[in-house]
Amino acid sequence: MAAVQGGMSDADIETDIKTEPSTDGFGNNNANDGRVLSASPGSGSSTGSNKQTAAVTPEDQQTLLAVLQFLKKNKLIESVEILRREAGLPENSLDPKATESAGAGSGGAAGIVDLEGGDVSSLLSRVTGSSSAGAQAPTKAVAEDQPDVRVVLSAYSQQGDPTLYEVYYSDLKKFIETVLDCHRAELSQVFYPLFVHMYLELVYNNHESEAKAFFEKFSGDQECYYEEDLRVLSGLTKKEHMRGNETLLDFRTSKFVLRISRDSYQLLKRHLQERQNNQIWNIIQEHLYIDIFDGMPRSKSQIDAMSGSLAGEAKREANKTKVYYGLLKEPEIELPLDDEDEEAENEEGKPKKKKPKKDSMGSKSKKQDPNAPSQNRIPLPELKDSDKLDKIMYMKEATKRIRLGSDNLPSVCFYTFLNAYQGLTAVDFTDDSSLIAGGFADSTVRVWSVTPKKLRKVKSAADLNLIDKESDDVLERIMDEKTASELKIMYGHSGPVYGISFSPDRNYLLSSSEDGTVRLWSLLTFTCLVAYKGHNYPVWDTQFSPYGYYFVSGGHDRVARLWATDHYQPLRIFSGHLADITCTRFHPNSNYVATGSSDRTIRVWDVLSGNCVRIFTGHKGPIHSLAFSPNGKFLASGATDGRVLLWDIGHGLMVGELKGHTDTIYSLRFSRDGEILASGSMDNTVRLWDAMKAFDDLETDDFTAATGHIHLQDNSQELLLGTYTTKSTPVIHLHFTRRNLLLAAGAFNP
Amino acid sequence: MADREERRFAEVSRESVRLMAEGAGVELGDDVAALLAEDVCYRLREATQSSSQFMRHAKRRKLTVEDFNRALRWSNVEAICGYGAQDALPFRSVKEGELFFVEDRDVNLVELALATNIPKGCAETMVRVNVSYLDGKGNLEPQGTVPTAVQSLSDDLLKYYQQITRAILGEDPHLMKVKSVSHDLEQLNRLMHMVKSLVQNPYLYLGSYVRSLVSSVMYCILEPLAASINPLNDHWTLRDYAALLLSHIFWTHGDLVSGLYHQIVLSLQKVLSDPVRPLCSHYGAVVGLHALGWKAVERVLFPHLPAYWANLQAVLDDYSVSNAQVKADGHKVYGAILVAVERLLKMKALSLSQSAEGHSGAHPGSVVGAASYRVNSPGLSPPPEPLSEAALGIASHLQVGGAGCHWEEWTPVPLPAMYCELYSFFGDSLAVRFSTGPGFGTHSPCAPSQLSDSRKEPPGPASNLDTTRKMPQLTANLNISPRQDGSPRTDPPPPTTRGAPISGLSREVFPKARFTSPQTTPPAFSFLIGGRQMGQRCQGRRPFQTMFATTPPVSAVPPRTYAHKLPVIGRVGKPVRRWTCSHYSLHLPL
Repeated sequence: MAAVQGGMSDADIETDIKTEPSTDGFGNNNANDGRVLSASPGSGSSTGSNKQTAAVTPEDQQTLLAVLQFLKKNKLIESVEILRREAGLPENSLDPKATESAGAGSGGAAGIVDLEGGDVSSLLSRVTGSSSAGAQAPTKAVAEDQPDVRVVLSAYSQQGDPTLYEVYYSDLKKFIETVLDCHRAELSQVFYPLFVHMYLELVYNNHESEAKAFFEKFSGDQECYYEEDLRVLSGLTKKEHMRGNETLLDFRTSKFVLRISRDSYQLLKRHLQERQNNQIWNIIQEHLYIDIFDGMPRSKSQIDAMSGSLAGEAKREANKTKVYYGLLKEPEIELPLDDEDEEAENEEGKPKKKKPKKDSMGSKSKKQDPNAPSQNRIPLPELKDSDKLDKIMYMKEATKRIRLGSDNLPSVCFYTFLNAYQGLTAVDFTDDSSLIAGGFADSTVRVWSVTPKKLRKVKSAADLNLIDKESDDVLERIMDEKTASELKIMYGHSGPVYGISFSPDRNYLLSSSEDGTVRLWSLLTFTCLVAYKGHNYPVWDTQFSPYGYYFVSGGHDRVARLWATDHYQPLRIFSGHLADITCTRFHPNSNYVATGSSDRTIRVWDVLSGNCVRIFTGHKGPIHSLAFSPNGKFLASGATDGRVLLWDIGHGLMVGELKGHTDTIYSLRFSRDGEILASGSMDNTVRLWDAMKAFDDLETDDFTAATGHIHLQDNSQELLLGTYTTKSTPVIHLHFTRRNLLLAAGAFNP
Repeated sequence: MADREERRFAEVSRESVRLMAEGAGVELGDDVAALLAEDVCYRLREATQSSSQFMRHAKRRKLTVEDFNRALRWSNVEAICGYGAQDALPFRSVKEGELFFVEDRDVNLVELALATNIPKGCAETMVRVNVSYLDGKGNLEPQGTVPTAVQSLSDDLLKYYQQITRAILGEDPHLMKVKSVSHDLEQLNRLMHMVKSLVQNPYLYLGSYVRSLVSSVMYCILEPLAASINPLNDHWTLRDYAALLLSHIFWTHGDLVSGLYHQIVLSLQKVLSDPVRPLCSHYGAVVGLHALGWKAVERVLFPHLPAYWANLQAVLDDYSVSNAQVKADGHKVYGAILVAVERLLKMKALSLSQSAEGHSGAHPGSVVGAASYRVNSPGLSPPPEPLSEAALGIASHLQVGGAGCHWEEWTPVPLPAMYCELYSFFGDSLAVRFSTGPGFGTHSPCAPSQLSDSRKEPPGPASNLDTTRKMPQLTANLNISPRQDGSPRTDPPPPTTRGAPISGLSREVFPKARFTSPQTTPPAFSFLIGGRQMGQRCQGRRPFQTMFATTPPVSAVPPRTYAHKLPVIGRVGKPVRRWTCSHYSLHLPL
């Protein structure tokens, strides 16, 4: 797929083609510039680029001279020589100057004007890098985080002898191999980002054969979980290919974050300065973010647990924000409950009933959870009568809930989709387990009734006029008996339906599709009500808020959007992921949204502010399933690497790793009380994990909480309670009924 | 870790790019083509990488063309049309060029449009629920549908079956349902290999399933598969493999099903005697018989050969272009028959020699016979009926009602007779050589050496010639009697060939041998005796030789009619010398 920027509009591509033949180096810059601008509507991309091409030659000369002077002033003789040599050749001289102009342009499209300003020196210092050797300046980082492709790419154009790259790298490698063991693991983290950046630099400067040799020589040293990225990288050997390559842009637009202890960092710094290894130092300065902490260096296993994402680990401050993970106070619906309860008691006998009822009441309504957000932090819809009835039903059911545990495993019912030749891509159950919906690759959405109650449509408008609106059973009367059937098929999408979600009140159904839309369907008329357009690219997942009204969607455009059903435009846009958003989940209190991505990170977003409040790294593959624990404290995530990771949202820590699956985990679900975590996978198994034990064993001392350095013990086998296999049916959805019966769904795949 | 293998991508060569460009009417320079090729490779890789995303989100393991098309569409590239089918596209390889391509078969639209069996369309998508695990343990019901054919299997077998089908077929087609995949040789091949492994599995008691296995294997051997229509398809190999498999099944599991051997042989015979069947079926029948052992060949193929020969000959004689394909098939069949009968001769000779060794002491005077063809009755005498009668009877029977031949009626034909008959068909193509024909017929210079070798010479006193009723006829036109009887086609005598009169003579002489003694002696064979008789026979034969040499036109024709019509195949013009050395049994390349 083309880069998101690449496909935005045809006009950009046209400018691309036009400008390219005129000037080599600048053509690229202009084109990229145009693309980026078009991403933010409003600024005229064509004017910006035109101005630049017109003003090329005189400005360049000046820039070049300025750079040379600056270098001389700082006694960087080597660099001066290199630059001179390059300037001697007219073609190559374009590149360094392009760097500068591009760098100056980081502020915006009109950056060339700034070039003459006082901005120059700071810019140059960034390019040459060695003047300010201190730790990172965060402000600069912010400026560079802007996804300005031109800047990003041109930053590579600094010159060095391509043959020396190998020497530099192996020199550093030798050094790191000889340092003390405790530092080695930490410093080894530098290898991968360095390797990638050096390789890209070689490619960018048209040293194809050197780049290939470099890759050949050192790619084997990288950690195995970067294999996927390396494969993409290895295919990239031409400068022309760098533009529009997503992976590359991801890598460039964000700084690779490393966590290194102060001692180790000093060691590295000293070594590089001794060796005058500017090439590497520049890269570290420019493209890496080194999060220095005081204290013991981390062990290899600690590092491995947290690394693996596209852009390194999360910065520590990224996970410091307070998250109100507690549950909202349930509205009190006392009276009807008592009625129901009495009935229930009459039915089933007293002693059993009383206790659970008290428990559920006590935890939910008596006192406000200190960690919970204020009740109206996010405006929630008013409860309707029908919702209250449903709540009552829920509580009634909850009293009959089976207490699960390691010695009391749930029964499993498997809903098999037979004859699903068109391809089953998504499944959802209603909360009361009365309906099941399937999204299919043939663009249809199908809804089945799981109970004997058939699906009926509302009568036509003419017929509705005839019924008595005052009668008690008006809700029953509006339904058209003639349309009763077990299955309703809804047509509307023009691409596979990848995500599907019932509203809590069972009146609506959401579906997200490859066609870039999210559709809202009415389950009363079985027609499409709204098509929410905004993603423009495949929408991989969508989910209703647990309170209805809001929903979240995320897709290929790397942006998650928060919508309200009555707004055709999103209320919030959560952007920050470096690759596709593959799954989205609402926090039980509806104040937060978690998104999993193919950049191998999980982010938690605050619905109120739209900020990213948590970044979880540690997965080694795209994340395909998320689940919040019912108490809102924990998050479980499953990925293509077959591992389930458990996260403490409050502390922002990884708290567990569950190994056992052999294929992508497509569904995760906590039991209603949170004792059991069920995971369903492509490997045709459902596995049950002891969630209680996993969270109880948690080490939550202050140090761990402060540094985020976790020690995970490998206890997957103890936590695994059961493995249930299906017969050639990948498990793509799991659901616990209100009484804790586990429902699983998948398409029989002979 | 990404080692070198993983970096190696499929590449589009610059030649391909240039070809494509030429196809579009553009001439490309070398450097342009190279650049384009590299870019195309890169774009393809990119598209593939992004297409895998669609696969993952569709929760599939298999990347489909549709996924790839989506990736193309989203990067503003035209999608590839025509490959939207859900099922896997069969990839075929061309060994010579290490080339792989997707098979693109012609679809007969007329047939498709006028087809009466309209596909029903797939069943409705539905959801079925079943309790898989109750209180965390136990499978209560099998989940999913199982093909009806396997429903009778026990639980363990069912699991085994699922494993197998998943591992080997990937899809559903059940092993009894070979027919459904008859267009796909790959599939069939895999199926055959599966059957093999099934058969070889020592822990699996196949029991009554042997029969169904055999039936599917037989299908592969005999049926005119859809795949055979395309001459490029190597269905011959499949047939060969299936035949081997058949014999394997028979030898390992034959005891499980009574009468299996009979059934197999009968069905093979039926196919062979059915002239309507295509040649590939006949080929299958021949290799099947061959694989079942020489006895089956002897029993079914050999007596049937004369009748069949006519058909084959007709095919092979037709040099028209339209016939080329059929003719090629015919050659295949010819080769198969040749191999089968060679083995038959060898084995028969071997068994004869063995039995001869056993009996030589007891019956020093015994001459020829259809030696014990049955393993279990080496010492039994052949049917009481005079052999000549029997042989002729059978032959004529075959001629008259080829298809109706019942193998029970079969009577063993003595080796020399057999050889002579076969020699008349194949001529020098027969790798197995007995000294009979050529030995008798060789020119006088060879005679002394023959005499010295006479020990191995099969017996056949010329004096007994008259014992056969048919003999006058034979001598008259020098044809084999069975063929003479039944074949409506009497070839006009072609111009004389060197070997013709000789072999003709010899094979005429030779049959006499079998009439000599069977009535009197058990059918044992003795070399010692043979040698003695050889001496006699040679003397008795000389007049013939000279006589025939003087009258070439008469003698020339018949015996060689078959052989010399196949100049390409048969090694007609073989040096005479070698015949003298390769004499009976002991020198046979067994």
